[in-house]
Amino acid sequence: MSAGFDPAVDRDAALTLAHVTCTFGGRRGRYTAVRDTSLRVAPGEFVSVVGPTGCGKSTLLNVAAGLLAPSAGDVYVHGAPLNGINARAGYMFQAEALMPWRNALDNVKAGLQFRGAPRGEAEARARQWLVRVGLAGFEDRYPHQLSGGMRKRVALAQTLILDPEIVLMDEPFSALDVQTRQLMENEVLDLWSADRKSVLFITHDLEEAIALSDRVIVLSAGPETHPLGEFPIDLPRPRDVAEIRLSPRFVELHEAIWQVLKSEVLKGYAQGKRQ
Amino acid sequence: MRKASASDARLPRARLALYQVLLIGGVLAFWYAMTTPGLVSDAFAKNTAFFFGKPYEVAKVVVDWFISGKIYPHLGITLIETLLAFAAGSLLGLLVGLWLALSPTASALAEPYITALNAMPRVILAPIFAVWFGLGITSKVALGVTLVFFIVFFNVYQGVKEVSPVVLANARMLGASQRQLLRHIYLPSATSWVFSSLHTSVGMAFVGAVVGEYLGSAKGVGYLILQAEGVFDINTVIAGIVVLTLFALLLDFAVTKIEARLLVWRPRTAETEQL
Repeated sequence: MSAGFDPAVDRDAALTLAHVTCTFGGRRGRYTAVRDTSLRVAPGEFVSVVGPTGCGKSTLLNVAAGLLAPSAGDVYVHGAPLNGINARAGYMFQAEALMPWRNALDNVKAGLQFRGAPRGEAEARARQWLVRVGLAGFEDRYPHQLSGGMRKRVALAQTLILDPEIVLMDEPFSALDVQTRQLMENEVLDLWSADRKSVLFITHDLEEAIALSDRVIVLSAGPETHPLGEFPIDLPRPRDVAEIRLSPRFVELHEAIWQVLKSEVLKGYAQGKRQ
Repeated sequence: MRKASASDARLPRARLALYQVLLIGGVLAFWYAMTTPGLVSDAFAKNTAFFFGKPYEVAKVVVDWFISGKIYPHLGITLIETLLAFAAGSLLGLLVGLWLALSPTASALAEPYITALNAMPRVILAPIFAVWFGLGITSKVALGVTLVFFIVFFNVYQGVKEVSPVVLANARMLGASQRQLLRHIYLPSATSWVFSSLHTSVGMAFVGAVVGEYLGSAKGVGYLILQAEGVFDINTVIAGIVVLTLFALLLDFAVTKIEARLLVWRPRTAETEQL
């Protein structure tokens, strides 16, 4: 994938990262989080990136979102080079990103409001989206009055209401308990299959990655993270994330990818211990 | 929750209230006994009554003030001064706080002077304000403003600096322009800090008004105290102090009510004190 990669050829890709390197200058010297990484997401494709903790996965996503300019390399959105914020992408953050002073409804409609949609229309659509993520009746609750899972649903509605062509997700469900997490994963799959957006999904959970994706990309341990390999996931859709984990093909894929990932996880663990 | 568990170790409510009444009753009884001939000698009682006043006389002055209505114009003036000082000081603190927090150059430039101004005992400015603005309402408001300004300023500055970077990044991804970030992220975050310092800043506005009146005025509760002091009428001085205390308690109660309304979105209030 990374060898012989030419972004010019991939004009039809929704999102392309071409030879991206991210170096941070710190007091303790320069630190290269990501080195020469290339990846592409086709329109309507669900791509997961897995890698050990602290390997610079979020850095990669921030580059794709335009929140962070890469030290070297380029980002293309539908063939056009990205400059500044990626307006065609929605971003679901790992940490709490809702505005705590706005209730659920006002949080969901924020994006429409920022883009100058008429008040009534924004409100009506925000209500629809809250119903869609199963939060009808919670419109006037503030984030601190909602459970962790509910807050994630609000965040999901907040991102998807803008109908972005590309959805970037940074371990969005890592803070949830296993049951809530599987419910949310199924909901994401439902929403995704309804209007096939291009998704770049970051996670450290290999099972989650396989259950959701069309393709899984494995990253090396940091620093100087780069992709080690990629695996097409040929599991049939529609999937149920809890059931698919039991299928023999899932186990096979898991086995194959884990072979690559395992040594990196150990490397990352050893580095973490040394520090 | 915290209240319930803490009160287990405390006295039952009813008994606690009884003890509280007994405590203030005891203090008043001691005051009465020391300033009335009987338990102590005539000369001693006369002496202490001159310095400490008599509880009965103080109560008479207070009751008389309210029955004759003589106190209301003075209380009204003090209240207006307090509210004006609070409003003007908060607005100024909010604007300057936002400006300095969002402009690194301006804050670097102003920092040592802000620190110096904050360290200065600002009550000492009262005579200067009396010269500049005369003995009317303006000089008291000016003094109150200098006291309120710094509390609000530091809180706003802090509030803007502590805006969660994730919330900020999320708003940018949702399409917020620089102006919308100011209006929908920085301002709500900063005002929440202003509200959480309401008690302190209203209290300070009140101090400014009363001290200003005391140092030279023609109306207000501070003026009443100043007048009485001039003729060694200690009973009236203490009566003035009692009225001010009751008034401050009332003001504080009102602030608590307002605060509860304004900060519904907050899980709990974090109070910072800057005096």
